[in-house]
Amino acid sequence: MNPGQWETVIGLEIHIQLATRSKLFSGAATAFGAAPNVQACAVDLGLPGVLPVINREAVRMAVRFGLAVGAEIARHSVFARKNYFYPDLPKGYQISQYEMPIVSGGGIEIELEDGFRKHINITRAHLEEDAGKSLHESFPGMSGIDLNRAGTPLIEIVSEPEMRSAREAVAYMRKIHTLVRYLAISDANMQEGSFRCDANVSLRPAGSVVYGTRTEIKNLNSFRFVELAIQHEMTRQADLLDSGQAIVQETRLYDPVRDETRPMRSKEEANDYRYFPDPDLLPMELDNETIESIRNELPELPDARYERFIHAYGLSMYDSRQLTTTREVADYFENAVLAANGEAKLTANWVMGELTAALNREGLGIQQSPVSAEMMGGLILRIRDNTISNKLGKAVFDAMWEGTGDADYIIESRGLRQLTDSGEIESLVAGVIAANPTQAEQYRNSGAEKRLKLIGFFVGQVMKQSRGKAHPQQVNELLQALLER
Amino acid sequence: MHRTCLKSLSNLLHRREISSQELTRIYLERAARYNPVINAFITLTPEHAMEAALAADQRLQAGSAGPLTGIPVAHKDIFCTDGIRTSCGSRMLDNFPAPYNATVVERLQDAGMVMIGKTNMDEFAMGSSNENSYYGPVKNPWDTNRVPGGSSGGSAAAIAAGMAPVTTGTDTGGSIRQPAALCGVTGLKPTYGRVSRYGMIAFASSLDQGGPITHTAEDAALILNAMCGFDARDSTSADHPQEDFTGELNRPLEGLRVGLPREFFDSRLDPGIGGLIRDAIRRLEQSGARLMDIDLPHSALSIPVYYVVAMAECSSNLSRYDGVRFGYRCTNPENLLDLYCRSRGEGFGDEVKRRIMIGTYVLSAGYFDAYYLQAQKVRRLIRDDYRQAFNSVDVIIGPTTPSTAFKLHEKTADPVSMYLSDIYTVSVNLAGLPAISIPAGFLNGLPVGMQIIGNHFSESRLLNLAHRFQLETDWHLARPGAYA
Repeated sequence: MNPGQWETVIGLEIHIQLATRSKLFSGAATAFGAAPNVQACAVDLGLPGVLPVINREAVRMAVRFGLAVGAEIARHSVFARKNYFYPDLPKGYQISQYEMPIVSGGGIEIELEDGFRKHINITRAHLEEDAGKSLHESFPGMSGIDLNRAGTPLIEIVSEPEMRSAREAVAYMRKIHTLVRYLAISDANMQEGSFRCDANVSLRPAGSVVYGTRTEIKNLNSFRFVELAIQHEMTRQADLLDSGQAIVQETRLYDPVRDETRPMRSKEEANDYRYFPDPDLLPMELDNETIESIRNELPELPDARYERFIHAYGLSMYDSRQLTTTREVADYFENAVLAANGEAKLTANWVMGELTAALNREGLGIQQSPVSAEMMGGLILRIRDNTISNKLGKAVFDAMWEGTGDADYIIESRGLRQLTDSGEIESLVAGVIAANPTQAEQYRNSGAEKRLKLIGFFVGQVMKQSRGKAHPQQVNELLQALLER
Repeated sequence: MHRTCLKSLSNLLHRREISSQELTRIYLERAARYNPVINAFITLTPEHAMEAALAADQRLQAGSAGPLTGIPVAHKDIFCTDGIRTSCGSRMLDNFPAPYNATVVERLQDAGMVMIGKTNMDEFAMGSSNENSYYGPVKNPWDTNRVPGGSSGGSAAAIAAGMAPVTTGTDTGGSIRQPAALCGVTGLKPTYGRVSRYGMIAFASSLDQGGPITHTAEDAALILNAMCGFDARDSTSADHPQEDFTGELNRPLEGLRVGLPREFFDSRLDPGIGGLIRDAIRRLEQSGARLMDIDLPHSALSIPVYYVVAMAECSSNLSRYDGVRFGYRCTNPENLLDLYCRSRGEGFGDEVKRRIMIGTYVLSAGYFDAYYLQAQKVRRLIRDDYRQAFNSVDVIIGPTTPSTAFKLHEKTADPVSMYLSDIYTVSVNLAGLPAISIPAGFLNGLPVGMQIIGNHFSESRLLNLAHRFQLETDWHLARPGAYA
């Protein structure tokens, strides 16, 4: 069978670390980057006699997610123990949810770059605690165990196997990433492991309704790796199937250095987790009142904001998408527009252009921008009312970035105010013509095409003389009038 | 002094007729003297005790003492005690000084009680004879060739031999009541959720409950006052209003409806015990109680259900003992699997291993529905039996055990016969109910226990009945000759 005849079936399990201050079942802190084992209390260490107590904030965050994707929130959900032995799993079981998760159903709309849209259903999302970390490299012949992460609250979001390409999978992942950050339930930092993904991949003959045997690629922590890993796995499976071989259902790891997936050494010999309800925790009951109070706390969601930006600000779909990718950027944009008296298009250009470039250059998030939204709006105002040109605006932006002050201060203190006094400009123009008699003579004797070139030369000279402050339109008109005199 | 009830001890302490230090020394000396024979203690903590007694005396002097201040107590070695070995009767935790206090320990300490040591027990509370302790079996003070019962055997024997005025125990399937019955003392298993499980090393989380072992019901009421209460660190802790369990002790029994389950008086019961329990019940009738026969139709299933549920939970609860972070670790492990296998293989005793294996089995894919799930369904039926019964009666009375204390090694070769000694006690845990065992006579020189079971949170009623019974009888005052 030709490769094109295989249809790819992809389902994703995304693990998201919730942004609670303390762990899912203990009071220990969850901050990233602490020295090993300093953020692990008796409960996290699984000491004899300790008991788990649910973190209500984590529950609320899971509910927020569920409500945001239109899922059903369980009034009654159950924590279960997933039993297996591993040194970084202190109790010998992970507290998770199995038969009765807190969130069931719901879904999100994904959009590819070519505008193709698709609804992806979510199977479930459940709360669970993270395990610790095993460090094999730093200790020759031994393993180090860091239990700071043990007990950190996660939600695992399981999609239906409804994605059909690596690009769809990435679009889905990006959408979830955007959403959880909007909901402020996770920082979704991939480098720190707050947002990671397992991809289930299988192939089936195009048109078939039966699923093929799948493999699970574990622990993908970037959008790029998800795309590459799935693509690699698709090719690998297609090659096997084309040559008449069977797919082995197994867990695989993606190696970005060699761009390949390979079977993972299993953590457990056998995969029988012996799930059963955790008798240390009562079933979790949620009443309608609580759920409604959480619904009322929901912020405007990315899709709604995207639509609003198009309609309220007249932005293009592209601009609106760019500006609503994160809640912070969207907030920044809206605050800047407010400060710029509603000038949206110019603000959009500046936020996506100069500001984004500067942030990227310095590796900063928009919240750390030295140019606040209000300052950005102030700059837009001065460009809009012709106090400065767009070009000089860049110099003003740079000065604001350096911390010199706001736009008005910089324009005044540096004398950047655009020359609009026609008398002043006229004397500048006359001076330039007098200083360049040859070019003036040429101008008078030339045709339209040549004249256009020469006018460019004169404009450049005048702007230079005015240190960029002369209003270009006025210069142009005056030059033509004077040269033809 | 060691025969004095708590109320009198408290009065003596408050009147400064004896100091806590003197009282503590008396018990420490008795404990040290008899322990080589009885083996009721795994650890004695004389230094800690004398310090606490000194502090208690200062409180008594200052007039800031409560009713329990200065009174010695010994904790079952299942309760975590800060800086003191908490072995749970296991080699696995022989080297484990807990880094924190269990809520029960903390509460009794706050009440001013003086801990004199940690009592012996079946390993991880798994056993009915105290023969499963890494520290050797406890002997029954009434006959040292016999077992004291288990798993709180050390706590019950310590009371019987006057080695402590009060001890704590835990009861998962009868582990307070059965040894209390076999040692001729009073043992109270409170309603599930009444006493915090925080710091009480888990055997089977949905069944475990801590409680006091004392000479009298009145003593038990005083201790329960300090022991129980909501604990935010235990999610299964009940947020139930605090009450004074001594308040209703003297209430007359007129009109009290007593249910007698036919299933508790059938052929499996030793006829001698049956006779004594019937005598006791007649006495209650004379005091105004109304007797009625009731049915608990699913009682026969309580032993298999109990052992499925308890073993399933324990197989998971005991996974944390892996030799990685604390407790026993085998020497020179070759690799991770070897570390696990040998640490657990060498650290756990036979009964614990048996239960972990059975529990793992009943939770395994393919068996889960037939065992664990089925057991949970039957557990509900057992609970419903009791709910039904309590529609028509206030309390349920029967024997605590089917036989008196058996001989050491008599049942060790046959685990099932050992498990059957819990036949009258396990259903109470499955239903989460409170129950008390009190002395009700002697059969061939060995104590017999009567069990009184109540509805959820009816401890006051149980203690009331037990107290009235003890006002009219003196079985609870009897002491084994050698330790009188």
